[in-house]
Amino acid sequence: MMRYVLSLLLACFMWAVPVAAQDGPLRIEITEGVIEPMPFAAPDFVSDNAAGAELGRQIANVIAADLAGTGLFREIQPEAFISKITSFSSPVQFADWKAINAQALITGAVSVDDGGKVIVRFRLFDVFAGQELGDGLQLVGTQAGWRRIAHKVADQVYSRITGEAPYFDSRVVFVAETGPKDARQKRLAIMDYDGANVKYLTDSSSIVLAPRFSPNGDRVLYTSYESGFPRIYLLDVGSVQRRVLESQDGTMSFAPRFGPDGQTVVYSLTRGGNTDLYRMDLNTGANTRLTSAPSIETAPSFSPDGSQIVFESDRSGVPQIYVMPAGGGEARRISFGQGRYGTPVWSPRGDLIAFTKQSKGRFHIGVMRTDGSEERLLTASFLDEGPTWAPNGRVIMFTRETQGAQGRASLYTVDITGRNPRQVPTSTGASDPAWSPLQD
Amino acid sequence: MDFRAFPWRAACGRRKLSTTTDKRVGRNTMKHMSKVALLCAGLALAACTNADRFDDTNTVDLNGAGAGGFAPGSAQDPNSPLYFQQAIGDRVLFAVDQSTLSPAAMGTLDGQAQWLMSNADYTAIIEGHADEQGTREYNLALGARRANSVQEYLVSKGVAPSRLKVVSYGKERPIEICSSEACYAKNRRAVTVISVVPTS
Repeated sequence: MMRYVLSLLLACFMWAVPVAAQDGPLRIEITEGVIEPMPFAAPDFVSDNAAGAELGRQIANVIAADLAGTGLFREIQPEAFISKITSFSSPVQFADWKAINAQALITGAVSVDDGGKVIVRFRLFDVFAGQELGDGLQLVGTQAGWRRIAHKVADQVYSRITGEAPYFDSRVVFVAETGPKDARQKRLAIMDYDGANVKYLTDSSSIVLAPRFSPNGDRVLYTSYESGFPRIYLLDVGSVQRRVLESQDGTMSFAPRFGPDGQTVVYSLTRGGNTDLYRMDLNTGANTRLTSAPSIETAPSFSPDGSQIVFESDRSGVPQIYVMPAGGGEARRISFGQGRYGTPVWSPRGDLIAFTKQSKGRFHIGVMRTDGSEERLLTASFLDEGPTWAPNGRVIMFTRETQGAQGRASLYTVDITGRNPRQVPTSTGASDPAWSPLQD
Repeated sequence: MDFRAFPWRAACGRRKLSTTTDKRVGRNTMKHMSKVALLCAGLALAACTNADRFDDTNTVDLNGAGAGGFAPGSAQDPNSPLYFQQAIGDRVLFAVDQSTLSPAAMGTLDGQAQWLMSNADYTAIIEGHADEQGTREYNLALGARRANSVQEYLVSKGVAPSRLKVVSYGKERPIEICSSEACYAKNRRAVTVISVVPTS
């Protein structure tokens, strides 16, 4: 925590200093606002047969895309290579990689056994130090799951160089959107964090909104109009079986989020036009009311330790962000800037709260500390909303909707320094992303 | 004259129920209802020309007093859902972030209440909506506030609460799609959608 504050302060003074400078070990400090990405080389992984060689090429591509996609690394194109990696065990010609300024070198080998099992080995080198960074590692998976193997390798590289927890081997549940703005069709879908392997979880017969993963990623909570009214559904990701959570006629329930125990759900319930927060025990179905105010209370999010809930309320007149004990009780307002604040989401690291801010006709994604201090806006557009955290708390994904009759929703990522805004490729419109935890 | 005495009304009601699914999505449902209403109107006309069932003794001439003719169930029929939708007005609009009713809205709702009181066969679902300037879940709650304002007003004018349901679509179902106040003003709405009581 303290280190983070210091790094942040330092960042203000060190803005222009390329932190990957080559005195000392291979290292990137993410919080220091990298302006010069670290050049790396990821030659095709070698293999002793054709099938493995093709896989080796694809795996190297995904690793390179993962790393370059962070904005912290820059891929050196294979055309520039002087050395070729032809054998995983031969010594690396560091001078050849130094000559093209590859500071990091990733080498690997792929073999596919008779049962279709894929075995990948890799090594990471600090080229300028002339030594291996960390130990070589072997990963075993299926041919269908080759992308996950690649993400796992990239996660290792990212972690070893940044010292941060990784996030590439993760998934995103979101709402796939098609059709015009006044007759939009929405389906729940799941994909890899980089947009690959899209799988639909619902059809488009009812509006679905704002899915959220369980803490271990096995289930998803979301809101659907399947009954004609907004109700909360619990879906098993593996079997795609779903059930509606019990609710009374004449009420609406929405904005569900899991607690860190995976059994507690906090959500909004509207009765007689008034929206308050409730918590439900998924095992017993028992409900506890958490707020009792005539204002709107919605968009709750648990702190990672489960002790507190951050939420949005318009009790002051306009929507602002509040924190209360997880069992209910006195809430403390933490947002005080100009404008409207909503959709607060607690970082998995516990240190920051991401939010949507509406100010002067623009929407922003921002972060603040959990006491509301050090507010920083990371994005600005006609409509940005609904941040979700990468499992390592370093990147935020959100919905961006474009303006006008042809307006379309897409997913974007940005890192917590506000750098490296990127669109996540999706074949349809996409909104309401929720990032999974890192997969096992 | 009380239309409800006519046999075609019940038949239309049954027909509608058998063709309407539970999944009602605002505008589409209205389109659907319009078609059903037209269908009912057609059936009613066919029934009225059947000499075996209707003659001068049990047919009310609705063309009297020079008011001009209209088909029962049409937008000119003051007891039709189409009349409710088009002549009275099925929707009221709201200011930014507000759920309080303007004098104009109250005027419309007075007409809605009157219609609902004299057409007790019908129930209604009040759909609350918001414009796109707001976050998704907050707008759901805001739409619910708007729908509730309408419900409370109609109840205060004597409509039985049991006949009125509310639902919010937040910003999910705009009717106007431009990104300016001209469209936003029409999207900040509560629409009273008439449905037939599932009895008879």
